[in-house]
Amino acid sequence: MKTDIIISGVGGQGILSIAATIGLAAVANNLYLKQSEVHGMSQRGGDVQSHFRLSDTPIASDLIPFGKADLIISVEPMESLRYLPWLSKEGWIVTNSVPMINIPDYPPLDDIISEIKKIRNHLIIDADSIAKDAGSSKAGNIVILGAASPFIQMPYNSLEDAIRKLFGKKGEEIVNINLKALKAGREVSGK
Amino acid sequence: MRNLLLLGDEAIAQAALDAGLSGMYAYPGTPSTEIMEYIQSSAQAAERNVHREWSANEKTAMEAALGMSYCGKRAMVAMKHVGLNVAADAFINSAMTGVNGGLVVVSADDPSMHSSQNEQDSRFYAKFANVPCMEPSNQQEAYEMIFDAFELSEKYKLPVLFRITTRLAHSRASVSLKGQIPEKKLSLPADPVQFVLLPSIARKKYKYLIEAYEKLKYEIRLSKYNSFKDGPKRDMGIIACGIAHNYLLENIGLNNHEYPVLKISSYPFPKDLIKDITGRCKSVLVLEEGAPLVEESLRGILDDGIKVFGRMDGNVPRDGELNPSIVAKSLGMETSYGKEVPALVKNRPPSFCKGCGHSDVFNALIEALKSYESGSVFSDIGCYTLGALPPYNSINACVDMGASVTMAVGAADAGLFPSVSVIGDSTFTHSGMTGLLDAVIKGSPVTIIISDNSTTGMTGGQESHATGRLDQICRGLGVDEKHIRIITPLRKNHEENVHVIKEEFEFRGVSVIIAQRECIQTATKKKRAESSNR
Repeated sequence: MKTDIIISGVGGQGILSIAATIGLAAVANNLYLKQSEVHGMSQRGGDVQSHFRLSDTPIASDLIPFGKADLIISVEPMESLRYLPWLSKEGWIVTNSVPMINIPDYPPLDDIISEIKKIRNHLIIDADSIAKDAGSSKAGNIVILGAASPFIQMPYNSLEDAIRKLFGKKGEEIVNINLKALKAGREVSGK
Repeated sequence: MRNLLLLGDEAIAQAALDAGLSGMYAYPGTPSTEIMEYIQSSAQAAERNVHREWSANEKTAMEAALGMSYCGKRAMVAMKHVGLNVAADAFINSAMTGVNGGLVVVSADDPSMHSSQNEQDSRFYAKFANVPCMEPSNQQEAYEMIFDAFELSEKYKLPVLFRITTRLAHSRASVSLKGQIPEKKLSLPADPVQFVLLPSIARKKYKYLIEAYEKLKYEIRLSKYNSFKDGPKRDMGIIACGIAHNYLLENIGLNNHEYPVLKISSYPFPKDLIKDITGRCKSVLVLEEGAPLVEESLRGILDDGIKVFGRMDGNVPRDGELNPSIVAKSLGMETSYGKEVPALVKNRPPSFCKGCGHSDVFNALIEALKSYESGSVFSDIGCYTLGALPPYNSINACVDMGASVTMAVGAADAGLFPSVSVIGDSTFTHSGMTGLLDAVIKGSPVTIIISDNSTTGMTGGQESHATGRLDQICRGLGVDEKHIRIITPLRKNHEENVHVIKEEFEFRGVSVIIAQRECIQTATKKKRAESSNR
């Protein structure tokens, strides 16, 4: 079993929290993992990505080869398209539909959405409003993770445990908001 | 045994703590920053009171680490690759003095320049200084290697250069920990002149260094990380260094039974192992992250020996970091590729955070410069380098730490007016102060804007040595206090700030304008911490 995931977004959107959640769950499931992150200059509102590799056998490379990713999890619609060279033919895109517009030449959203729809396996959700309903507009990243969770080969409750661990320090309320966000995302993906 | 999920940087830090580290020294720089940060937040380090404060720059860090080593204790110093240029004087001479307690110098290279001005390969420094170099291929190996690096350093009385690259530094994997070694006790060098590099002593020390470097070629602690695995192929063997070995295995499989493969993870070159591969194969493919160090040596000047494939003949791209797909191509294997990035996808370069004081500084500076026909802005290394991008497009140089001040001085010497420097507070105390002294001595007509956000922002907000003392430093260096102006870069102060900048342009001597407003990121972090403590 292996799942190669590219997690993408804009610096500051919380993609490292998505990665950390999957990471904790993977450790609990005794899986091998490699997770490459972006630190430094790009974190200032630039495009950021994390290569996340999960497997039940040892993993050699920290980076996913082109055309081999099983899943793109994106907190921002245009950013989901930036990593298409990595996506395998059978791979899935799970992305937020809400754009982060911090550049003057951001393309029309409708064009972006229709490009995403050209990929056979796609799931486009309005994570921001789902997160708001769950209790915090900041939990959009976890909504996306919930929506992507059926494509990650791990028991769902291990992701819940990971969220309890990761957000535990921030108090019960934050944990519950994120658990709700995860579940709401999971339900949207209809599995 | 305990397992932890660690970044390569963190694995190195944890290993050093477990190996009895007494002092950690560093200046923040991507991709090395997390080594010190891990030690600073480690309960183990706090319990033992391991020295773990940031230094003013990489040279002071390197020298302080050498001082710790002089006392017989284990020390580590970490920096990004270009930081080793700053520390080079101390580093090269630490090979001459040798060490007492084990000394490991971590240099984190940044091929593809994700967050750097160049992609220099630190392995050359090890060769230049005649010291051993270790280059781990993964997080677990990085952890284990640090123990051997300290022992090797103490056995040969030499510093060890520990080279990593961005991907290892910033990639997380599970690391299995070993037991802890106690710290060393204070014990001064047996030879009282070991660290005295007077020419008469240095000449003897250099002979020892040359001899030691020869002996290192057969050192078991180095060679255990170099391994040769034979395979039936004879038309081509493969040499893969450090992290390149991972990309190779990604393609040929963890249990490769096809190619003869030599993994190199430590230097000087393992000559016998290289012979094993050149002796049985018609050609060799060299895979190394960074510059073609092994490849160039293998080819020699004449390049008339065994057929070599690598970066120098274009089989592997000459620049940039490796990845599994590049390595697949170099092996002649079929590669997969998803879809091209649609044309509508636009670049999203990094930008100033909303509400950043640097942007107000540039807005004022741009307007102040409007009334002058000539004039250039020399900038420096930090978040404010983003002033080069639209909509500001307002800096003319960004070269190395501190260069803004001294380039402005040189340009003023050449007759440029106004000659402006824009430098951050942490960069100023790193390497700008000495240049300012030059300017004061010469009475250079320069305007130096210190954009003081009271932190080392670009690397994530580490404390800045400059905080609260810039005014004093500038006075102490001899800047006339009438021309040390303190402004607050806020939109509401725009007109006033433009006026101050113009006034100082018109003063034909050294002016320093300190534009003081806390980094928006660290300010938010502090607020959050305060409210959660309530």
